[in-house]
Amino acid sequence: MELTGLFFYLVSVLIAGGIYAVLCLALNVQWGMGGLFNAGIAGFFAVGAYTSAIVTTAVSSKHLGGFELPIPFGLAAAMLIAGVTGWVVAKICVRLKSDYLAMASVGIAEILRLVIVNESWLTNGSLGIAGVPRPFGDLVQGREADLLYLAMVWLCVLAVYILCQRLYVSPWGRTLRAIRDNEDSARAAGKDVDWFRLQTFVIGCAIMGLAGALSAHYFKFLSPSATEPLLVTFLVWVMLMAGGSGNNKGAIVGALAIWFIWSGTEILTSRLPPEWITRSSYIRMLLVGLLLQFVLQKFRSGLIPEKSPKIRSD
Amino acid sequence: MIDFINLYLVPGLTIGSVYALGAVGISMIFGILRFAHFAHGDLMTIGGYGVLTAVWFIPIHPLLLLPFGIALAIVSALAVDQFFYKPLRRLPTIYTVIASFGVALIFRSLAQLFWSSGNQVFTSGVRMPVVLFDTFRISELHMQVIVLTLIIAIALHFFLTRSKLGRAMRAVSDEPELAAVAGLDTERVIRWTWVIGASMAATAGVFAGMDTSMHPNLGWNLLLAMFAAAVLGGIGKPMGAIAGGLIIGIAEETATFTWLSDEPLISPSYKSAVAFFIMVALLLFRPQGLFKGRLL
Repeated sequence: MELTGLFFYLVSVLIAGGIYAVLCLALNVQWGMGGLFNAGIAGFFAVGAYTSAIVTTAVSSKHLGGFELPIPFGLAAAMLIAGVTGWVVAKICVRLKSDYLAMASVGIAEILRLVIVNESWLTNGSLGIAGVPRPFGDLVQGREADLLYLAMVWLCVLAVYILCQRLYVSPWGRTLRAIRDNEDSARAAGKDVDWFRLQTFVIGCAIMGLAGALSAHYFKFLSPSATEPLLVTFLVWVMLMAGGSGNNKGAIVGALAIWFIWSGTEILTSRLPPEWITRSSYIRMLLVGLLLQFVLQKFRSGLIPEKSPKIRSD
Repeated sequence: MIDFINLYLVPGLTIGSVYALGAVGISMIFGILRFAHFAHGDLMTIGGYGVLTAVWFIPIHPLLLLPFGIALAIVSALAVDQFFYKPLRRLPTIYTVIASFGVALIFRSLAQLFWSSGNQVFTSGVRMPVVLFDTFRISELHMQVIVLTLIIAIALHFFLTRSKLGRAMRAVSDEPELAAVAGLDTERVIRWTWVIGASMAATAGVFAGMDTSMHPNLGWNLLLAMFAAAVLGGIGKPMGAIAGGLIIGIAEETATFTWLSDEPLISPSYKSAVAFFIMVALLLFRPQGLFKGRLL
């Protein structure tokens, strides 16, 4: 009994880890390849989560919805709407330089959060959306459903990984890295820097939307607190820096490594005396903050550093 | 009209004063160290809690206990610079920006650990607003905040234009290479930048905490508006940041006034979006701000 309990705990950790891996791959497209500082990950994640929830839930008087479409449509819609949101944002902000883009993206995440909290006709406000379906929810229930969902999440991770890897080695990815490393020379070589940045930002945001949708269908319930802006955004940044920004494998490994540490400390802190348990999540946040400082100072290239693909001479 | 002044303009000036004091630090750090300091809001929170703790032990007016909050914020800022920012100084500044994100989280989790995550007030009880000329109803705190900010702004102006240190700071902000060649001690200038930035942040944190209540997200929630104020005033221009803070504060509050109809122009729940749009518009069309700040 103890062992099966542990096994399904591991399954739940791996599902969340997979969702973080998708987010981390998305940030790797934006930051690792394109050098775009997005500090508003949570915003696009939330857009994806709410889109998929609204598209797939049953009719409700509390929020927009009732389309009851199958889940793949939900995922596709999440990517589409998050991508469109990203396009609007990029249209305005993509010309901003690094630090300014970081400030602006914090603001975008905040505005998206305000919309979610305030527009209750759309999202049911702070009460949230209940009854978000799980794939094959009628066929399997309970723990088997978790296993099935685990497979689905990691299938998505694999698909996104293949996509990102294709992007990375393609001429498009090479141009992107050229822009990241030296914008002026890329411009001098005739590359349309703003256009490439816009594409990068939109692709990254769409993938973040997918991750949001995956989390909505996993938890079956969605409220503004589910997209705690700081935790999502910040953890993903730590994951990418630790895994190795610019490397897709590194993004996945970093996501898993940090998520294991995060979940592992949860087991440790649950053994603390009761008066400390309520504070344990703050201790974990503190540790992750310190971990980031360590990575930045001593371990900058990450677990799997970026390695530029060989130039074929054909 | 009286309602406009009592309910929109004066609160706007008050929150604007908070932004102004916070933005001074952001603008100076951006000007001298060349990075956007994302932990500045949380530095305000730390300063605010410093005073809150002092009030528990010495039950007098919180504003008299400001030195405790200022001291705590200065120590925190200098420690963070020493351990977390200084080792990254030779790298592209974006790494320091990421580090400051982490520091923001460290500050916040420390605040939650030591002072709990709930709302706490400095002094309880309802205070009646002061009535002036039978028409203006202004709370005592708002008057104190506005007057103190004005005094600090004037002192800062004289410090930057008359004192040797202040002029050295402006020199490093305007032309770092030239300042180094001229023999200015850059590390000393950096230290004093943190001291001044942290002092003002702590003061702003106490003002904000007294106006509403202290909670660990207090500073982070104000960060965006302070960035907007720093950009509006021109990066590296402390006096510009003060003007920018006041303008952003007034713009936020008066945007919810019933300008065109009986409905507020902008729903109060979207108030914090005003600062964002001002900032983005500035960055796109006039990135040097009102007072010709530096460009990245």
